[in-house]
Amino acid sequence: MEIFRVLEPGIYTTVQDRGRYGYQQFGIPISGAMDQFAYRVANLLVGNPEDAAVLEITVFGPRLEVLAEADIAVTGAEMPITINDEAAEGWTSLRVRPGDVVALKQVRSGCRAYLAVTGGIDVPVVMGSRSTYVGGKLGGYQGRPLAKGDLLARGPAEPLKAPRKLPPNFIPRYPSEILLRAIPGPQDDYFDEGLRIFFGSEFKVSTKADRMGYRLEGPVVPHREGMPQSIISEPSVPGGVQIPPDGQPIILLLEQTVGGYTKIATVISTDISRVAQAKPGDKIRFEEVDLETAYGILRAQEQALQKIRETFAG
Amino acid sequence: MSEGLYERARFRTAGDRGLLVEYGDAIDPVINRKVRAMAIALGKEPPEGVLEVIPTYRSLLILYDPLLTTSSRLEKDLLALEERLPEIQIPPPEMVEIPVCYGGEYGPDLESVAQSHGLSSEEVIRIHSEPTYQVYMIGFTPGFPFLGRLPEVLHTPRHKTPRTRVPAGSVGIANDQTGIYPIESPGGWQLIGRTPLKIFDPQRPNPFLLKAGDLVKFKPITPDEYRRLAEGDGD
Repeated sequence: MEIFRVLEPGIYTTVQDRGRYGYQQFGIPISGAMDQFAYRVANLLVGNPEDAAVLEITVFGPRLEVLAEADIAVTGAEMPITINDEAAEGWTSLRVRPGDVVALKQVRSGCRAYLAVTGGIDVPVVMGSRSTYVGGKLGGYQGRPLAKGDLLARGPAEPLKAPRKLPPNFIPRYPSEILLRAIPGPQDDYFDEGLRIFFGSEFKVSTKADRMGYRLEGPVVPHREGMPQSIISEPSVPGGVQIPPDGQPIILLLEQTVGGYTKIATVISTDISRVAQAKPGDKIRFEEVDLETAYGILRAQEQALQKIRETFAG
Repeated sequence: MSEGLYERARFRTAGDRGLLVEYGDAIDPVINRKVRAMAIALGKEPPEGVLEVIPTYRSLLILYDPLLTTSSRLEKDLLALEERLPEIQIPPPEMVEIPVCYGGEYGPDLESVAQSHGLSSEEVIRIHSEPTYQVYMIGFTPGFPFLGRLPEVLHTPRHKTPRTRVPAGSVGIANDQTGIYPIESPGGWQLIGRTPLKIFDPQRPNPFLLKAGDLVKFKPITPDEYRRLAEGDGD
């Protein structure tokens, strides 16, 4: 069922879901929504399964003509939302009807917003996922960001019986000074003084920041004397912080499969959502945590999501 | 015994969802065979919580669900599996023959590569198509195989400025490696030929022609054969 006609695509809008798992061994990166928390909540707000496909909207949003009645919800970055030029709220379900025009404008805080619709955005499943991998020209809407005139379909599903709204205490804030918790490794033994500088300094997000990785600017993070700066290429995980020979960290993200530079630390999985909401010019600090702490933070986030599910079920 | 093969696996933490297991510190067929054997064993008897196993030159990256297992539990699972490795049937690697039309429009760098080594184009073709290569790793773009070892006489550095557009199927050389571009992409490797086979085709039930651990042999073909095969592959 057709649901949206793209009147204006926004700066960079793609179809994303949970991600494409099982194919990194063939050079296919995970892709998927960068801020998995905001993405999952967007789906819960419209009554979708948490892994339904949504639109990931970067910095400046699209204008969409609605072609069928549905519920939508916008989460993540704070972008002014209008329906027929009237202001609408984020983190809540919104009923839209044929002929309505939904628009998202310049971001006020954060970087990426998520727009979910009843039934999920329906594009072909490629290798188990609807996520767009732009570098590989696959998945999503014809393997590319949305363009003017595109027609988007949604899956079959019933509209909500009652509107849903996320209790405000669950809504994350997106400050421009960001703390990322990170676990040393996999190559922390290639650094000594570099570790102290890495965990003790402030870095700035450069303009080279996208779904492949975020390049940071700040004090040089040196390798241990006599240690090689590159290693035999190995697979990367989202959140891995690579230190290339110039000593300026790169946070590897969702459209990356292999790398040959040493990785000093890895951002914990829950905090990838924080990276997703960082934009050029924002400040980043890294805090060292151990594995047990990271597991605990992840369990706490899952418990929060469980509470949200119960709120909506009640 | 191979140089650089560790006596016991070395574990490295790759965040709260990844465990990196190293079996050696060199690009070496023996180390890579160990990696392949462990990847196959893990595929046959996956420990709880394992989402994906990614084999590369000398290591495996294991992606796991931390709500179902932990890094330390996985380390124990892996050591136990390694001990039982001799009992687990590891099939011999698959051999894939890849037809390549060398030189001309298909391999624009063939002549300069030959010149830089004081060889004729025919000698480069013969030397490049002689060995059986091992697929050490797939990465960079969907299905891109990193193949070794390239005979030393052909080792050639990458272009200083990468090409913005390398056609799909291009066969290239970068230092001690050779590889095949599965999709059109930018690239800095020295292009010596092209295969009409589709290395990656998302429309195929198995989109990937090659996987890590496979063996590859290049077979020189003429431009006529290239065109015939390219049409035969049409879908």
